[in-house]
Amino acid sequence: MSDFAWGVVAALVKSIIIIVALLTAFAYMTLIERRVLARFQRRVGPNRAGPLGLLQPVADALKMAFKEQFMPGRAFRFTFLLAPALSVFVALTAFAVIPLGDRTTWGTSPIARAWAPFVSDINVGILYTLAISSLAVYGIVLAGWSSGNHYSLLGALRSAAQMVSYEVSIGLSVAGVLMFAGTLNMVDIVHAQVHQGIWYILAQPLGFILYGIAAIAEVNRAPFDLPEAEQELVAGYLTEFSGLRWSLFQMAEYINMITTSSVLATLFLGGWTLGALHGILGAPFIWYGIKVAFFLFIFIWLRATLPRIRYDQLMRFGWQVLLPLSVLNALCTAAVVAFDLQWWVSGLIGLFIILVVSIIYYLRLRAHRQVDKSGIVPKSTGLDQVLPASVRLVNIDPSQPPTSPTHATEPAATTP
Amino acid sequence: MVATGYLFAAIFFLGGCAFVLGGLAFADTLNALLLKGRKRAASKFDTYESGEIPLGSAWVQYPLAFYIFALLFVAFDVDIVFILSWAVIFQQLGWFGFVEIVFFIAVLALGLVYAWRKGVIRWI
Repeated sequence: MSDFAWGVVAALVKSIIIIVALLTAFAYMTLIERRVLARFQRRVGPNRAGPLGLLQPVADALKMAFKEQFMPGRAFRFTFLLAPALSVFVALTAFAVIPLGDRTTWGTSPIARAWAPFVSDINVGILYTLAISSLAVYGIVLAGWSSGNHYSLLGALRSAAQMVSYEVSIGLSVAGVLMFAGTLNMVDIVHAQVHQGIWYILAQPLGFILYGIAAIAEVNRAPFDLPEAEQELVAGYLTEFSGLRWSLFQMAEYINMITTSSVLATLFLGGWTLGALHGILGAPFIWYGIKVAFFLFIFIWLRATLPRIRYDQLMRFGWQVLLPLSVLNALCTAAVVAFDLQWWVSGLIGLFIILVVSIIYYLRLRAHRQVDKSGIVPKSTGLDQVLPASVRLVNIDPSQPPTSPTHATEPAATTP
Repeated sequence: MVATGYLFAAIFFLGGCAFVLGGLAFADTLNALLLKGRKRAASKFDTYESGEIPLGSAWVQYPLAFYIFALLFVAFDVDIVFILSWAVIFQQLGWFGFVEIVFFIAVLALGLVYAWRKGVIRWI
């Protein structure tokens, strides 16, 4: 067989292996997340189905498969049925360029290269991942729109606005890495890190943090899980979905998490490499797995620790904090590269900016929390406008009955 | 060599589609065969809005703010395409490239400052 035919066969087999691996990882991520969250909340978590609860994902899958697939009467049928699948297509496709090992993991012959542990080795790898993962918004918007539910549509629109807002910061924070690496290819970015002898997290600490925060918002995870904020929107775009189609959305979310963690590991933590230890057969997968697992654990940790932020805070944070900082990061990195300075200069500048921003944040927090001698009334500094302008606060004397007609109690429902 | 990469990505995409659609079709068939006798009360097919009876169509007009953010996004995202392609070959461009991009980012920042001053990137 020719090299090309071998390549196609290898791509097909590798696709199946990676898809099955991703779906298994998704199933066990749900279990791990529940167990870890339980530990954070001093509970035990699911441990009944099988040893250590290891059969819980199987039980969940069976339960989901046998649930009724409900569709509201007002739904737009075609889109409603297809939107969950669309989410998963997009989530899976973004993983195609993630390298789990070098081109020569199995040897240097053409056939061994065809079986290298990634599906596709294209020269615009990181751009491909960014482009495909930003398509994830289609699944959510179509699902929310086609449900025929007011809350679903609102959740979907919020999600769209959130994802496009943080998309900008993602793109700009990647630019710093690209200036050092000089390539868009994922495998070559890892090679550049090996060649320069550093992980780019050292040269780009600010870029790493910006990318991390923006990526959490991009995959709609806590504390940025506004589209499914149950206190305000029922369950957002998920409201009308049940059974297998609901679990497809969960699948898309977890696969997106895995992809994001992989991109973070590849760009900033050297991907599958660890010193000279990645030469051993099979070792690349272990290093890659450890790095991805570390980021996935942080995802769960953040969910357990941080409360969900309000929507106006979310948009303000995205446009007024993340975006200017990522522009600043790109400019500083450009200056370092243009002046031909060492990588650690860029790292120090990044750490300095992080320090300054943290101090400003701390001072603002303190100003906001300052209390009068009474110990109750927060001191207004003019900076701490926490409520949106459309919300008006009025003083109400509880001893007086409400006088305004808008405050009157609703008339009792007339019964026929 | 480059084009085959996209071909492999397409294979991966089609494999994913086949997996998901196959699974869905299988589950739907299983559902239809094994779970019969569903209730078809009219109120069941209402959308769920926290127990309130839904009023009017869900496909209503929504705030203009979303549109402004979409507009800003398009402006910045196109800029990012330029910045990324510039960043890749930046090491070969040297000083001239740096001055150019400072000018470019300054224009970009001016747009952000303008939007900021107009108050449109402040939600509500």
